[in-house]
Amino acid sequence: MRGITVSDAALSAAPPRARRRHAGAVAEAMAGWSLALPATILMILLLLGPALGAVILALTDWQFGAPTLNWIGLGNFVDMAGDRVFWRSLGNTMIYIGLVVPLSVLLGLGAALLIEADPAGRSFYRAAFFLPVASTLLAMAIVWEFLLHPSFGLVNRVVELFGASGIDWLKNPATALPTVAAIGIWKALGLNMVLFMAGLKSIPHDLYDAAAIDGADGAWERFRRVTWPMLGPTLMFVLVISAIRAFQESFDLVAVLTQGGPNKATEVLLYTIYQEGFSFFRSGYAAALTLIFLAFVLALTLLQAKVLDKRVHYG
Amino acid sequence: MSAARPVSERYRMGRLSPAARLLRHLVLLAGATVMLVPFVWMISTSLKPPNEIFSADIALLPQTWHAVENYTAAFTKQPLLRYLANGLLVCAAIFIGQVTFMVPAAYAIAKLRFPGRDALFGIVLLALLIPTQVTAIPLYILFYKIGILDTYAALVVPSVISVFGIFLMRQFFRTVPDDLIHAARLDGCSELAIVWRIVLPTAMPAIVAFGILSLVWHWNDYFWPLLVVTSPELATPPLGIVFFDNQEAGTDFGPLMAGAVIITAPLLLAFLFAQRRFIEGVTMSGVK
Repeated sequence: MRGITVSDAALSAAPPRARRRHAGAVAEAMAGWSLALPATILMILLLLGPALGAVILALTDWQFGAPTLNWIGLGNFVDMAGDRVFWRSLGNTMIYIGLVVPLSVLLGLGAALLIEADPAGRSFYRAAFFLPVASTLLAMAIVWEFLLHPSFGLVNRVVELFGASGIDWLKNPATALPTVAAIGIWKALGLNMVLFMAGLKSIPHDLYDAAAIDGADGAWERFRRVTWPMLGPTLMFVLVISAIRAFQESFDLVAVLTQGGPNKATEVLLYTIYQEGFSFFRSGYAAALTLIFLAFVLALTLLQAKVLDKRVHYG
Repeated sequence: MSAARPVSERYRMGRLSPAARLLRHLVLLAGATVMLVPFVWMISTSLKPPNEIFSADIALLPQTWHAVENYTAAFTKQPLLRYLANGLLVCAAIFIGQVTFMVPAAYAIAKLRFPGRDALFGIVLLALLIPTQVTAIPLYILFYKIGILDTYAALVVPSVISVFGIFLMRQFFRTVPDDLIHAARLDGCSELAIVWRIVLPTAMPAIVAFGILSLVWHWNDYFWPLLVVTSPELATPPLGIVFFDNQEAGTDFGPLMAGAVIITAPLLLAFLFAQRRFIEGVTMSGVK
């Protein structure tokens, strides 16, 4: 307390020092802006400007290369409401995410728990499950295309070993989307696993000791009373991340494996955006579709921020 | 503490009975097999002659080795080395750009007081929410207007600013002691010198993790290169393997799988040699 009073007194009694302090603040502000300026300009030019551009474009009927454009307000969204391809695409995207997210999260959690349960083989299993995450999805999609080849793919050969007859997984409307989703799960599982492993490590050991004293001795009891409740925040976080990633990875898989076919059975939102914007060059309509995608990402990210906010405070 | 650890460690999951241990291995081995089959089959096929690839028998190793032929064909049918070099060049240029712009900005936001700083940080957080697919159409139109579609610049420029990087570095720089910076100022260092010579070295682990994330992200990116690149000589690895696939039209699988091995090898080897760092880098993408 005394220290503060003394320095306050010293400050008011010594104007030159205060002036120097003011000059220092100006210099600091100059330095701050000059260091931050290049990044700020690029952020406006490459992120915020184009994002605003997408919003404006979504309100027009502009086609790429056309000399004129008309303001049509929400016309693109009205078109969307009557567009069967859009609804099919949205429905497929929801099915894809509905398959990939819960299954890759559950299997990732299962893998993390089993691998962490015992040291034997731990690093081999972790590497094996993580390998798809570290690989180039495009190249591996081409490998999967070969594995799923109707006449000499490994998958059908194994199916035939069991006496069943193989099918053309990617060309059959009933199996195409689940097959693409299965590859999505294969790709996503390992990332969820390592995120859960980090979550498991952060659970205090004392809690297991306390649970043991309370008589929770079986593996299932320990999981139900300690691990599962403590993993709550990690679980939310992993769910949101895998949902956003699933949106994006569905594009790579569909573009290589099915091009939205057969008969729109695997048409997903990002692929529709690509087709509308860069095959049909309906830039306005495609921009409106990207805003639908943005709305999903915003909703998911806000959910994530809300959960994270309870855990960490960035301030 | 360290003495008590092994006991707690056992309590974490419980002591496993021999039966449980066996069951654990069975389940994990089955899972690991499914995860690894595509890699194993890719390599196996890249070693086989066509008649064995089309034969109905399931064999891991070829009877007649055809590796030299397949890999030679892969390198001569498509400029695979060019694709790999493009990937390296584009990723390196992006990373250098990202570090150049994000580090000073993150330092300013974390450590300097200037009017508008909080608003600027707000903009960073806002920009974090924008997925690349949303900016893709306007950027494509802009690049078309200024005539840089189908160039290296088109591949690099949109990614040289990483708001995630600014965010990450800002979190990191806040933990750098102020005394360190004050001491450097008293020694007569300029703010720019403080950024690169004093603050950056303390952030090397974060930079490395960010570098791995950036490399994995941009090496694997397919959406944007697909839009802006049409010339095969500018193709990045994912685009290159698709050119290869289209050209083969599903007939010559030996060379195609050899090509897939070559395209996936750099990242897979990086992962196998630096697993811990690699996982750290990739899991950081959680925030994005």
